Amino acid sequence: MKYLYFPGCSLKGTGKAYDESLRAVFAALDIELSELEDWNCCGATAYANIDETKSHVLAARNLAIAEKQDLQLIAPCSACYLVLNKTQHALREQEQTRRVVKEALAAAGLQYKDSVTIRHPLDVLINDVGFDKLAKRVKAPLKGRKFAAYYGCQIVRPYATFDDQYNPTSMEKLLKTAGAECVEYPLKTRCCGGSLTGTLPEVGLRLSYILLKEARRRGAEALVTVCPLCQFNLDAYQDKMEEQFDMPILYFTQVLGLAFGLDPRELGIKRGIVSAEAMLAGGR
Amino acid sequence: MLQQNIKYEESRDPDFARWATEQTGGENIRRCIQCGTCSATCPVSSYMDHTPRQLIHLAREGFKKEVLSSFTLWLCASCYSCRVDCPKDIHVTDFMYALKRRAMAERVYPKRFPIPVLAQEFSRMVQWFGRVNETIVAAVMFLRTDWFKLLGQTGLGLKLMRTGRLSVFPESIRGRSELQRMLKAAEASKEKEVASR
Amino acid sequence: MADNTGNGQKTNGLPRIGFYICHCGSNIAGIIDVVAVAKFAETLPGVVVSREYKYMCSDPGQELIAQDIKEHKLERIVVASCSPNLHEETFRKAAQKGGLNPFYFQMVNIREHASWVHENKAAATLKAKDLCRAAIYRVRLHKALEKRRVPVNPDVLVVGGGIAGIHAALTLANAGKKVTLVEREATIGGHMAMFDKTFPTLDCAACILTPKMSAVKSHPNITLWTYSEVEKVDGYVGSYEVTVKRKPRYIKEDLCVGCMECIEACVFKEAKVPDAFNQGLSKRRPIYIDFPQATPKVVVIDPATCINVKTGKCKKTCVEACDRDAIDFTQKEEKVQLKVGTIVLATGFKPFDPKKSPHYGYGKYPGVFTALEIERLVNASGPTSGEVLTRDGRHPKAVGIIHCVGSRDEKTNKWCSRVCCMYSLKLAHLIKEHSGAEVYNFYIDMRAPGKAYEEFYEKLLSEGVHFIRGRVAEVTDWAMTKEEEGKLVLRVEDTLAGFVRRVPVDMVVLATGLVPQSDAGDVRRVFNIGCGKEGFFQERHPKLAPVNTFTDGVFIAGACQAPKDIPDTVAQAGAAAAEALALVDAGFVELEPNTSYVLEEECCGCKNCIPLCPYTAISFDETKKKADINEVLCKGCGVCAAACPSGSIVQNLFEDAEIYSEIEGVLAR
Repeated sequence: MKYLYFPGCSLKGTGKAYDESLRAVFAALDIELSELEDWNCCGATAYANIDETKSHVLAARNLAIAEKQDLQLIAPCSACYLVLNKTQHALREQEQTRRVVKEALAAAGLQYKDSVTIRHPLDVLINDVGFDKLAKRVKAPLKGRKFAAYYGCQIVRPYATFDDQYNPTSMEKLLKTAGAECVEYPLKTRCCGGSLTGTLPEVGLRLSYILLKEARRRGAEALVTVCPLCQFNLDAYQDKMEEQFDMPILYFTQVLGLAFGLDPRELGIKRGIVSAEAMLAGGR
Repeated sequence: MLQQNIKYEESRDPDFARWATEQTGGENIRRCIQCGTCSATCPVSSYMDHTPRQLIHLAREGFKKEVLSSFTLWLCASCYSCRVDCPKDIHVTDFMYALKRRAMAERVYPKRFPIPVLAQEFSRMVQWFGRVNETIVAAVMFLRTDWFKLLGQTGLGLKLMRTGRLSVFPESIRGRSELQRMLKAAEASKEKEVASR
Repeated sequence: MADNTGNGQKTNGLPRIGFYICHCGSNIAGIIDVVAVAKFAETLPGVVVSREYKYMCSDPGQELIAQDIKEHKLERIVVASCSPNLHEETFRKAAQKGGLNPFYFQMVNIREHASWVHENKAAATLKAKDLCRAAIYRVRLHKALEKRRVPVNPDVLVVGGGIAGIHAALTLANAGKKVTLVEREATIGGHMAMFDKTFPTLDCAACILTPKMSAVKSHPNITLWTYSEVEKVDGYVGSYEVTVKRKPRYIKEDLCVGCMECIEACVFKEAKVPDAFNQGLSKRRPIYIDFPQATPKVVVIDPATCINVKTGKCKKTCVEACDRDAIDFTQKEEKVQLKVGTIVLATGFKPFDPKKSPHYGYGKYPGVFTALEIERLVNASGPTSGEVLTRDGRHPKAVGIIHCVGSRDEKTNKWCSRVCCMYSLKLAHLIKEHSGAEVYNFYIDMRAPGKAYEEFYEKLLSEGVHFIRGRVAEVTDWAMTKEEEGKLVLRVEDTLAGFVRRVPVDMVVLATGLVPQSDAGDVRRVFNIGCGKEGFFQERHPKLAPVNTFTDGVFIAGACQAPKDIPDTVAQAGAAAAEALALVDAGFVELEPNTSYVLEEECCGCKNCIPLCPYTAISFDETKKKADINEVLCKGCGVCAAACPSGSIVQNLFEDAEIYSEIEGVLAR
């Protein structure tokens, strides 16, 4: 199996551990990831605030480059995943956007015929690899560990691509395959605050706080996420919250990697600002 | 302080109402039945001066000043809950984007408000390098809004540095000029579209 | 259960009584100790069977009674359960099934009268025992009675020629019944004929109504009397005698073909009389026809304005113009008698008079209109040929529609008129379509509960009509800004936006509510039916008998019962027709035997009873000098029996001995 890989800017910076663990897990499953050539920033949520059409042009450049190879495109960051999908929808539904983007791509000698399939790594793991194969690969099941599976907003909203929009369950299934338990977590798709945590901390912190408080109340030892921004908000600002949770925030790929018995260093476990080591050792 | 709160018809801008319905996300705002689901599902509506429901009503009635100067636009975290829950399929999040763009174009957003500044710095960086360096974007944002706050971030910076998550050197794509060409072409093409309308 | 059959001496010559007490689930048994009551009843003289059962009204419950009657040779039945309104008939039938006369039965209401209204279980049980004892004492004296049958005249009278009356008349006529349709105005069609389009489909009102109007005119089973009013109704279900006043229209209906040449020829060269059909927005001559599709298509002469009728001094150019000699100034008012078995009342509504809400400026500002006026304005055959114009001939740039005028208001009418939201949406659409004006709807709640109504609301929303949630406080012409000068300004809280607005417009439409006809009180007295406190005709039951009245054989349909839209009106008219048909096709009605009769030898002929009878069932036999009660008309209210000074009036089922015995029973504790 081989996929194109669109890491996005966050996975090159604050979300490094996501990049590392994802590559390690995919390698362990003999899935080849080929990083998209000279990819550019997807535009995230910020660019659409400035210019709608140009935000589509940014995403379309990536899609056009991806289309040169007959491979599906994996986008692990929720914002990238959403933005690429959104541009694809816009190109299908809005004639004017389609015309303008076409001209813009042509200016760089590119074209896009709408043939790229955008995938989330969670989707690939459960649907392309499958639970059977994943279970076979599990060497060190995370027995006794209790997690809250947290999806955040943008992989289920607005487009429900591979899981239920209101109550996604694929991550829980994956974590159970890794041997862990999952607490019932009704906040699983509630917003973490997104970029507000940086811009309006009093608002963003409050949203993150609500998530952690409920996860702790329900007995979760760690929160497992699919998004680099969620991970950053929930991990890096815990010391600024009105209550100290000391709760590690892991990527689902890290959890899976640990269950595969991969080296924690390879999975970027140490990159957590809230250390996960004590929890993983079962000492909590 | 006493403040008069009455609106005369001249404070309404029918062109703005029409403009609003022509934006991505604004197509369905006339169909809004003002049920307030968007406001109820929004995780940040409790901080807003106008709830999303109110904002939609104000926009379709043409109360431009009230809409564009509202904090609500800038509080939207793009979580899309409102869009998913809306019984009339109004793309509220996209509508917020449209309002933010208009507010920035007309420079009516709150001064030194970090959110529009972040958006500007972010896109400036994308246009320049093709990629974004979170550290630099954040630093510039703080410098432009409240540089004192940047100092408050040093603790966080140190932690990120310790965990190897802080990169201070911007990454750049090879096709920088190509990207800039594309963005220019998009601009030209859109201007042409607007002119032909 | 107790079976005292073995104890042959127990009844001691009294009739053998079966007593049954119902649990009604926990409705009764939750408060009253039903087992204790059954045990108690068992000890009373005459009771040979006493049972308690979960649901006496169920099939097994009824079967129990029938079975016991046969097995234990029961002669009387008492059931203690709910209200006789609900199940008296059920248990009478059960008694009959067991071979007993159904009136050897007494029902005790221990639910509404005891378990539902008491919290103290012991006291409620004691009260139930008292009530049951009373019934057991009473039922001993019951007599075998027979229901009487009276034949039903198959002919039907329909009163009111709006869409309700039209639909009821056609339904009955199509079923082969002879129908007389009486309409007060010169044409049938009612309010619907004045409407331009109908919501939510926006089909033209005339296009769907006029075919039904012509069907009425041409139907062999329908006699159409327009310009006529019912004056008096005598008789009873199955055989009513109706007196109809036929006003002179000074035209021979059978000769007039509606060519309207007489109208052109009228000595009034200019139309000067406000045209009521167009809500006074245009003028007509003294000789006129309401609208092109008027049915019958016969002109009418208005006696109040015709010079010849008033003074006899006119050139009578109209008579000259008519080559069919249809004009007849000698016509006089006629009284016609009619015999029918059933009556459908469909006398419709009246729009609320907006002058009663003076803050909206109707009659003060020429730019303020009622919704019905706008219906005529947007109508292609209306006074402006469909152009939306203010009274001074201006094209409005902005129009405000105020909902709930004369509705949902303690100062005028408390009720929601049900149609105004929807017709306001329709008018908003039509005004926008006809004039291109900005249209504002000012509403309290948007009520769109019918089929495809919500979708219609959404259509209007997407058409860009303004919806401002708030009740307008005032329509005024004082200006705060330059923009407001020369305009009508509506002050309203935009409750959705959270601030007060002043909205200047050129035209205001008042969505006036629906109120009872001005003479609804007189009409209901003529037909001897009731009305609610708001004045709409009272149905027998709000849910289960919505077209029946408390007078058998008189049915109600349409907005005379309560505000309703066309679909509901037509449905109700069909239902009223079906109820009438059910009586007609049965051929007879059974009358309750609880009527009064006169013991002739004891009547002193004082006539006290005669004016007291609310059903005019008592007359005076001049030869015998005695009161005489028509048992078909008697409804068994008992007023005459109570009032008779000589005690010569007896009411079946309420004979003195029965009532005394019941009182004795209730006090015997």
